[in-house]
Amino acid sequence: MNAELLAALLVLGGALLAGIRSVLGPTFYDRVLAVNVFGTKAVMLLAIIGFIGDRSGFLDIAILYGLINFIATVALLRFVESGRYSS
Amino acid sequence: MEMISDGLLLLGGFVAFSGALGVLRMPDFYSRLHPAGTADTLAQLLVIGGLVLRHLDSTGDSLLVVGKLIAISVLLMVTTPTATHAISRAAHLSGLAPWTRRSTDLEEQEESP
Amino acid sequence: MDPVLLLDVLLLILAVLAAVAAMLQRDLLGSVMLMGIYSLLMAVIWANLFAMDVSFTEASVGAGAATVLLLMALTRIGTRERSGGDHSLPALVLVVLTGVVLLYGTSELPRFGDPQAPAQLHIAPHYLAQDIGKVSDSATPPNSPHGEGDFGHHVPNTVTAVLASYRGYDTMFETAVIFSAGMCLLLLLRPIPRRSPETVTIDESGSTSHQKSESVVLRTIGGMLIPYILVFGFYVQMHGEIGPGGGFQAGVLVAAAFILHSLLFGRTATDRWLPRWLVDLAMSLGVLLYAGTGVACMAMGGHFLDYSALDRVHPAEAEALGMTLVEAGVGLTVASVVLTIVRKVQGGTR
Repeated sequence: MNAELLAALLVLGGALLAGIRSVLGPTFYDRVLAVNVFGTKAVMLLAIIGFIGDRSGFLDIAILYGLINFIATVALLRFVESGRYSS
Repeated sequence: MEMISDGLLLLGGFVAFSGALGVLRMPDFYSRLHPAGTADTLAQLLVIGGLVLRHLDSTGDSLLVVGKLIAISVLLMVTTPTATHAISRAAHLSGLAPWTRRSTDLEEQEESP
Repeated sequence: MDPVLLLDVLLLILAVLAAVAAMLQRDLLGSVMLMGIYSLLMAVIWANLFAMDVSFTEASVGAGAATVLLLMALTRIGTRERSGGDHSLPALVLVVLTGVVLLYGTSELPRFGDPQAPAQLHIAPHYLAQDIGKVSDSATPPNSPHGEGDFGHHVPNTVTAVLASYRGYDTMFETAVIFSAGMCLLLLLRPIPRRSPETVTIDESGSTSHQKSESVVLRTIGGMLIPYILVFGFYVQMHGEIGPGGGFQAGVLVAAAFILHSLLFGRTATDRWLPRWLVDLAMSLGVLLYAGTGVACMAMGGHFLDYSALDRVHPAEAEALGMTLVEAGVGLTVASVVLTIVRKVQGGTR
């Protein structure tokens, strides 16, 4: 069990906890926050997995996901601010 | 070098996990912001730092990989707090009330339907 | 235990959990978010299986574009799932039976990663060696490491080589399908009825109160980020021969940059930077570039899309040039079609 794998498992566990929060809610904002945290964890996970598998192509995907995560968060917030959501 | 990068990676993983634990366990939205924003920013710095050290240690060349890792770190360092700020601002403007010990009963009534 | 396998199993379990949670969620907005988590997990799984290009597409299309499109759809239909009346016993039996049959079918499949599997033996070795239809070059022996262009005899990313060269016709018609989807949307949604004055589109271009407008922090950081997204999109576009990426993914990324701009600054501001006629033009220009490259190959005396005809002296460089042109066409079409879809579904003035 090397350090990379252990770190990857810890980050994955964190992602699971954030995922549980995104299912539980209770408010919309909790969910967006949890999805955002999940995305950050996934970026870290991708970077670590890239080093476990020794392939640098992972880093492109990590950058891509960092960008997409931000855009998705902004889009979700915009949607709710537009007043179309009633919980 | 190997020891340091291992330590950074494990510490980063631990901080990431405990941050997510905070997001799950904290009582209300505003208190969940704290572990979400700060812990993730620190965790990614530690993890990416560990990976940079590991890469420099193992190969010593290929600045592209190091550059990409630093790009990821800077990107997350900028976007995570911004996103957290935007979410908290939106929540505040929507009138979401912070949790206090007195308001617990009231909040649970509001959240249940 | 093999770390890749261990992570794979854990990720797959998480993905199944996320999919089930997305189905059980009655709040459609919650479902959209869980689908985002699900496709992100799939992206990590693909990456873990070394399917880099699939992972790239899943992350950009599944987690990015699909989320935005689903949100656009929700602005039209509301966020509450219609409850009750959708539980049918025959449907359950049918689904379970299909599942059992599919599971039974997997027992006949070759083992995961089996080198003796038919898929590995039939034509894949030729693709990996990239020796189909190659013009043998008499000037330099094929095995000299620095004989040919930047890449030697191979394009390092096999997926791109298959996509843009061996399966060039397929990819061209895929681009044409995307193009015709964009055309259909333009034709179908051309005259947009303003449903009612209180209809608020997702980018609320100047319609709601000033207090709710986006924060300075978000605008500044988002505005700073847009050029970097564009640069990264360009990198993905041009780097497709070497790393994961290519026209499809880069197109979505470039579109995402403009979507972010319109989310932050309003649609009218985006239209100032990127006029609609330019998007419409780029949509058809992409397909034209792809097909035009093929015709140019014919004009130089080769077959349609036989890139080596572009430069007989340096066939490998001509191959790379042809792929770059073709990928640029794909990128143009994909970016403009995604932008068109988002703009049209958003509705609004025209």
